[in-house]
Amino acid sequence: MGQRDTKGVSLALDDGFLLKLELFSDPKLLTVVRGALERLTEVFGFSPPDRRSVTRAVDEALTNIMRHCYNGRTDQPIEVYCKRVRPRTSQGADGLEILLCDQGPAVDPSKLRGRRLDEIKPGGLGLHFIRQSMDTVEYQRVGSTNQFRLVKYLQPSKQSCSS
Amino acid sequence: MQISARHSDNTTIFDVTGDIDLANSPEVRKALLREVREKRTPRVVMNLSKVRYIDSSGVASLVEGLKASRDVNSRFILFGLSASAREVLQLSRLLKIFEVYDDEVQALSS
Repeated sequence: MGQRDTKGVSLALDDGFLLKLELFSDPKLLTVVRGALERLTEVFGFSPPDRRSVTRAVDEALTNIMRHCYNGRTDQPIEVYCKRVRPRTSQGADGLEILLCDQGPAVDPSKLRGRRLDEIKPGGLGLHFIRQSMDTVEYQRVGSTNQFRLVKYLQPSKQSCSS
Repeated sequence: MQISARHSDNTTIFDVTGDIDLANSPEVRKALLREVREKRTPRVVMNLSKVRYIDSSGVASLVEGLKASRDVNSRFILFGLSASAREVLQLSRLLKIFEVYDDEVQALSS
């Protein structure tokens, strides 16, 4: 059995583990995470638009955690795990899974739908950006932890040689 | 992120440098609303050519600026959008509701 961290998430290379970030819920750290994701998605083999999509989705998910799960407190823990996942189909390519974990109150799933876009008004766009950017967006509550799971698959012809 | 203002005739141009995200979008919002609502500047222009990234809170600040300008019958103009900034406005279906130009010359001659 490979190495696991305190959340039970596998950190084993043969489970596809790539990167783990631990940060406080301080918005000033968002730029740091974006920098890491920009480089990781480049190494992973995503196209420039897909790199921006993944980075944007993670940034918006972290923003939601900071604003809504932690109500703006800047000293709360957030963990970000990145791993390679297998293709969904035999013809498909690998994907990048990002798991975001926080210790805030449980999230009401009905509030994770995002708002309609036929109104011109500020706010409520983050979830829309996440859903538009990623192939899979899932939420689950595990014990006292909120887990947001985001996955983006490579285009089959663009798969990195390093996989 | 840094935001500075240039004033000429009836126009204020905000030059923004850096990323606009949750950490600093309130500063953008405050500067915009002060210029539109309090100073009643007839034309407010945002130079986004040095902004690499805008998140949803940054877009919300721009929408507030636009709505405030409509309320007082002034103009609110954007120019120099990066690929990322253009993408978020497209994703939110807001690109067409803003006055957007490629560069400052076009924005000021509009």
